[in-house]
Amino acid sequence: MIPVLTAIAVVLLGAAAVAMALRNLIHCALWLVLAWSALAAFYLWAGAEFLAFAQVLIYVGAVSMVVLFAVLLTRRLPDVNPAPPPPPAGGGRILAGVAAGVLVAGVVARAGLTSPLPAAGAAPVLTTRRLGVELMGAHAGALVVAGVILTMVLIGAVVLAAPDSGDAPEGDS
Amino acid sequence: MSSTSPVDPLLERAPLLVRDWVSGLFPAPARGLADALLAIAAVILGFGLLFTLLTLVERKALGRMQNRPGPNRTGPFGLLQPIADGIKMLVKEDIVPEAADRPLHFLAPVVLVAFTLVAYAVIPYGRHLLPVDLDAAVLFFFAAGAATELAVFMAGWSSHNKYSLLAAMRALAQLISYELPLLLAVVPVVMLAGTLSTSGIVAAQGRWSFGLVPHWYACTPWGAAGLVIFLIAALAEANRSPFDLPEAESELIAGHLTEYSGFKYALFFMAEYLGMTALCAMAVTLFLGGWQAPCMFLQVVPSYVWFGVKLAAMLGLFIWIRGTLPRLRMDQLMRLAWKFLVPLALLNLGTAAFWRLSAGWEALPAQLLRWALALLLVLGPAAVIGRRLSARVGPRTYRYAAP
Repeated sequence: MIPVLTAIAVVLLGAAAVAMALRNLIHCALWLVLAWSALAAFYLWAGAEFLAFAQVLIYVGAVSMVVLFAVLLTRRLPDVNPAPPPPPAGGGRILAGVAAGVLVAGVVARAGLTSPLPAAGAAPVLTTRRLGVELMGAHAGALVVAGVILTMVLIGAVVLAAPDSGDAPEGDS
Repeated sequence: MSSTSPVDPLLERAPLLVRDWVSGLFPAPARGLADALLAIAAVILGFGLLFTLLTLVERKALGRMQNRPGPNRTGPFGLLQPIADGIKMLVKEDIVPEAADRPLHFLAPVVLVAFTLVAYAVIPYGRHLLPVDLDAAVLFFFAAGAATELAVFMAGWSSHNKYSLLAAMRALAQLISYELPLLLAVVPVVMLAGTLSTSGIVAAQGRWSFGLVPHWYACTPWGAAGLVIFLIAALAEANRSPFDLPEAESELIAGHLTEYSGFKYALFFMAEYLGMTALCAMAVTLFLGGWQAPCMFLQVVPSYVWFGVKLAAMLGLFIWIRGTLPRLRMDQLMRLAWKFLVPLALLNLGTAAFWRLSAGWEALPAQLLRWALALLLVLGPAAVIGRRLSARVGPRTYRYAAP
């Protein structure tokens, strides 16, 4: 099973890395969709069938459409004016990047090394109903906070995208 | 459950016996793989053949409806027409626009056909004929369907053509809008059957009143309403007339298919018919009892025959609708989805809940009251919302220039 997991991880991380590296926004979005699909494959590997199909239905089916529509509607033509290339990376930025990476890797490695691995063969029995009860009961606060944050993000996006009232309307001239 | 009839075991198990005989030719370790490959081959061959047949039947039936003979030159009664079409598609030049995004232009039809075929894995074709028995099969089916939207976008965008892109966006708007009523129409079935597995849903419909009236979900008020909503949404999802705006020749020059030729175009065409067949099969599974016989004594006929008969009836209905109804305008299309189908599908959830809660009303007057209330819950809102939908949008009046 480990080779399968490795393959999924390579596809997932590779697709995500390519999505960040490309200049063409549509290509980025499509690579991101591949990363989401790989995540669904990971859920399947982990035995969470329901979650995997929901991931495909929601992320590959719906969220990808939102992303693509946003890209196409905010840029008047998809590839007439590609974003300007970023300034070449200086020593400070590379250093900051490496430091951040080491920090994250350290935290993850520490968590992985110190927490005991679950005993093999004792798969937790968790039904969808139980998940729902947990979400709506004990963790309702977290759910509400996540909802509020997402709403704030939506409103923020609308504010960012709306043209200032003083601006001249965009014409074809 | 019903293996009482004498003919049942042999005919019913015949496909399994054939499969076991073929996979028995392989060495023991490879038998599981051989079984899986055989199931895949059977689905692809069977539905590929059905697709070729369907194109011919559709052209013939439409021709008859329009008072012309239809294709009748290739072979007896035009029976070889699909083969002629296939050869023509194969030998046609495959043109890719110079400015096109080549990898995406190539991938779009492949992704479309792949995800359309994957959906066939969870449909129970007969009592013993279910390729993959998943617990979340219904979710799997619609997840595969949702992934095909991506292919439409890829096709429209990679062609680097204004019309293709615009039409792809319109097609996406249509697909997303109609996916909502499609899924909402399925939710009551999942609620009442208490399972997301297709085999479980079919089994839940396997009873008869007096041995004659089937307990299919389509025979309940909420089920009939759900079936109608599902079929309308399925027509739109499959880009079928009267919702064929994304690819109609007179609307944005055949849309996202404009820059496709040769076999890639044929793949799009095939995916569309396969998608329509898959949705029809799902409608049969969810609402029309799947492979269950309509009457108890008719169980002597093998279950896959019943599935085939129901599927053929649904496909015939789709062709009939195409020959009958005129195409909608874009704004009418959106209004129908968001202002009519979605509210009705949501209300249908309430009707189904009422049906579930009133399951214990056994006495005859209570039964009648139950039916009356449920019918009122279905028909009342439909009449009210339908009336409001067409208010202020009366029939168009044409003013001709004075003679």
